[in-house]
Amino acid sequence: MQLLSAKPWFRRRRAGLGWRPVTWQGWLVTAVAGGLVVAVLAVMRASSARIPIAVLILALYAIVALLTGGARGQDHVQPVADRSGSAAVAPSVSGGSRAPASPAPRPPSAPSTSAAPVLVVEHLTKAFDERIAVDDVSFSVAPGEVFGFLGPNGAGKTTTVRVLATLIAPTSGSALVAGIPLDPANGVAIRQRIAVMPENPGLYNRLSVAENLEFFAGLYGLRHPEARISRVLEAVNLVARANDPCGSLSKGLRQRVGLARALLNDPAIVFLDEPTSGLDPVATREVHGLIDGLRGHGVTVFLTTHRLEEAEQLCDRVAILSTSLRTIGRPDELRDRLFTKMLLVRTVAPLRAPERVFAGLPGVERWRTDESAGYELTVSDPRVAAPAVTRALVAEGADVLTLTEARHSLEDVYLELMSDDVETRR
Amino acid sequence: MTLFRIWAVVRKELRDYRRNRFTITTTAVMPIVFLVAPLVTLLRIPASLSSTAVQKEVGATSLLLLVVPAVIPPIIAAYSVIGERDQGTLEPLLTTPVRREELLLGKAAAAFAPAVTVAYAIYFVFLVVIHFGATAAVRSAVFQGPQLTAQVLFTPLIALWAIWVGIAMSVRARDVRVAQQLATLGSLPAVGFIALISFQVITPTVALAVGLALALLVVDIAAWRVVSQMFDRERLITGSRARHPDRAPH
Repeated sequence: MQLLSAKPWFRRRRAGLGWRPVTWQGWLVTAVAGGLVVAVLAVMRASSARIPIAVLILALYAIVALLTGGARGQDHVQPVADRSGSAAVAPSVSGGSRAPASPAPRPPSAPSTSAAPVLVVEHLTKAFDERIAVDDVSFSVAPGEVFGFLGPNGAGKTTTVRVLATLIAPTSGSALVAGIPLDPANGVAIRQRIAVMPENPGLYNRLSVAENLEFFAGLYGLRHPEARISRVLEAVNLVARANDPCGSLSKGLRQRVGLARALLNDPAIVFLDEPTSGLDPVATREVHGLIDGLRGHGVTVFLTTHRLEEAEQLCDRVAILSTSLRTIGRPDELRDRLFTKMLLVRTVAPLRAPERVFAGLPGVERWRTDESAGYELTVSDPRVAAPAVTRALVAEGADVLTLTEARHSLEDVYLELMSDDVETRR
Repeated sequence: MTLFRIWAVVRKELRDYRRNRFTITTTAVMPIVFLVAPLVTLLRIPASLSSTAVQKEVGATSLLLLVVPAVIPPIIAAYSVIGERDQGTLEPLLTTPVRREELLLGKAAAAFAPAVTVAYAIYFVFLVVIHFGATAAVRSAVFQGPQLTAQVLFTPLIALWAIWVGIAMSVRARDVRVAQQLATLGSLPAVGFIALISFQVITPTVALAVGLALALLVVDIAAWRVVSQMFDRERLITGSRARHPDRAPH
C-alpha cells in the first residue's frame, strides 16, 4: 500500500517558499519590482514621509513573490491504494449486479450494420506545420459497435480522436459525428452528443468523486443530476467511494470515475483513448468488463489502443492506423485476408505415405511435412477439409495426436502490416 | 451562452479554492497586511494635527486598501487555465459542450467573488475600527464622499482587470508560476494608478471616481472579449496554433 508519508520527515521535500526567478519572466518581474521600489522612494522624498506605503508595497511584492515561488510544489495529492480492497471485483453497467471479472467472448455480430453509421470519416487529414499526423483516413462506425483504432505510438490515434471531438481542427477532409457534420459551428452540438475519456482521466483531485461528476453534469446542462450520478456510479461500482476525494483513488478507480463521467450525458459515441494504459492486470480486466458492459447497452465505443489482445477481445471491428489507414475489418476477416488457412496434424509416428493420405482431399490445396510426424496443410475451408483429413488419417490407421486449425492472432496481422512500414522506412 | 454552465464552473472553482492551501493562504495573509498598516498609521494620528495633514494621511492610507482587489485575483486567476492543463483536466473539460466564453466567465466570476468579498470585508473592518478608535478628525476624513465612492466603485473594477490579466497569462503561459508572475506584473498598472491617487498626484473627487470607474468598466469588457479570442483550444491542447483558424472549433 502506497502511503502519503512513505518518506521519513527529514527526507521529505517541502514546498519551498523561496522564490527563484528561474525564467526570463521572473527576472522581468524582479526588475519591475525593483523599479517600483525606487519610484516609491523617490515619491517619498518628494512628499511627506510615507513609510507605511513603502513598507506595504514592498510587503506586497515580497508576499506575492514568495507565494508564487512556492506554488509549484503545493497540494499535490498522491494517489493511495484502493482502501476498499475491492479491486478484484469487476463492475457491471447494469446496475447493482456484477459482471464476470473478464468479458465473455464476443458474439459474432453484435452491432447493427444496417442502421445509419453513427460516425463517418472521409479523407480526414491533420497536419501540424510540416508534420502530417493523420493522412487521408476514411472509415465509418455503426451504432452499438465497439470499434478498435489500433496503431503504434505516434500513429495518429489520439489526434484523430481530438479532431472528431472538435478539440482541434482538421486540415482537410470531413466527418459526421453522431450524425452532425464536423464543423466549427457544430462544436457544441457534437460535444453534447459524445463523451471522451482521454488516456489520463483528468479528475479534480481536491473534489470528491460525486463533485467531479456533478461539475461535468452541469457542463452537459443536466439540471437535476443526482439520479444520473447515482446510476453511473452504480454502473462502475463506485457508489461506496462517491464522497472520497479523487486524489485518494488508485489509478484503476480513477479510470472507473472517468468512465462514469463518460456515461453522464448518455452519449451516442464514447471515445476511449488508451483506457487501460498503465493499469495493472486486475484493473485492466475491470475496465474491459466495463467496456463490454457498454456494448451490452448498445453504446457505440471508439476505442484507441495499442494493446492487441484488448482489441481482439473487445472490438467488433478494428482499423489499423500508421498515420494513414492500413486496414480495417473484423479481426477474423483481417486474419483471413492476410494469412492462408492451415490445418496442423501431428501423429505418433510419421505417416508411411503422406502423399497418398492428403493428396486429392476436398479443401486441401497443398501440404508439407516438418520431417518428423508433423504436417501443415494449406486449406481453402477448414470446415470442409478437417473432417476429410480426419477420415483419411483413420483410414490410413494413423495414431493421431492432434488436428488443429492454425490460428493467427490480431497481433500477427498487426505485425505483418507494421513490418511493411518498417521495411518502407528502411 | 447559458448561465447554468457558468454557474457549474463557478461552483466547481469555489469548491476547489476552498481546499487549496495556496489560495487560502494568499487570500488570508495579504489582506491582513493591508489592513493593519493603514490602521496603525491612522490610529496614531494625534488630535492636534491640522485637518489638511489628516486629510493627506487618510487619502494616502485608506486608498491602499484598493491594492487588495488588485493583488489577490491575479494569483487565483493565473492558475485557472494553466492549472487545468497541469492537472490533466483541461482536455476532458474542453470535450464538454461548454463554450470558451462560458468557461472564462465562470472562472473570472469564481476569482472575483472571494477577492471582492475579502476586499469589502477588509474595508468594513477598517471603517469599524476607525469609527470606534480614531480621532474625530480622522473619522470625518475617512467617512467622506470621494473616499467611499472610490472604494466601492473601484474595488470590483480593479479586481476584474486583474482577473482578466491573470486569465490571459494563464491561457498563454506554459507554467503556473510563470503565469502568476506575469499576472502580478500585469496588475501593476492598477497598483500604480492607486499609488498616484494615494500620493495625491490625482485628487480624488466623486466625479473623477465615477468617470474612472466607467472607463475601467469598458476596459474590463474589452479584456473579456480579448481573452476569449486568445483562448485557442488547439493551442491549449497541442501547443501549436490551428493552421486553419476558420475551421477551428469554438
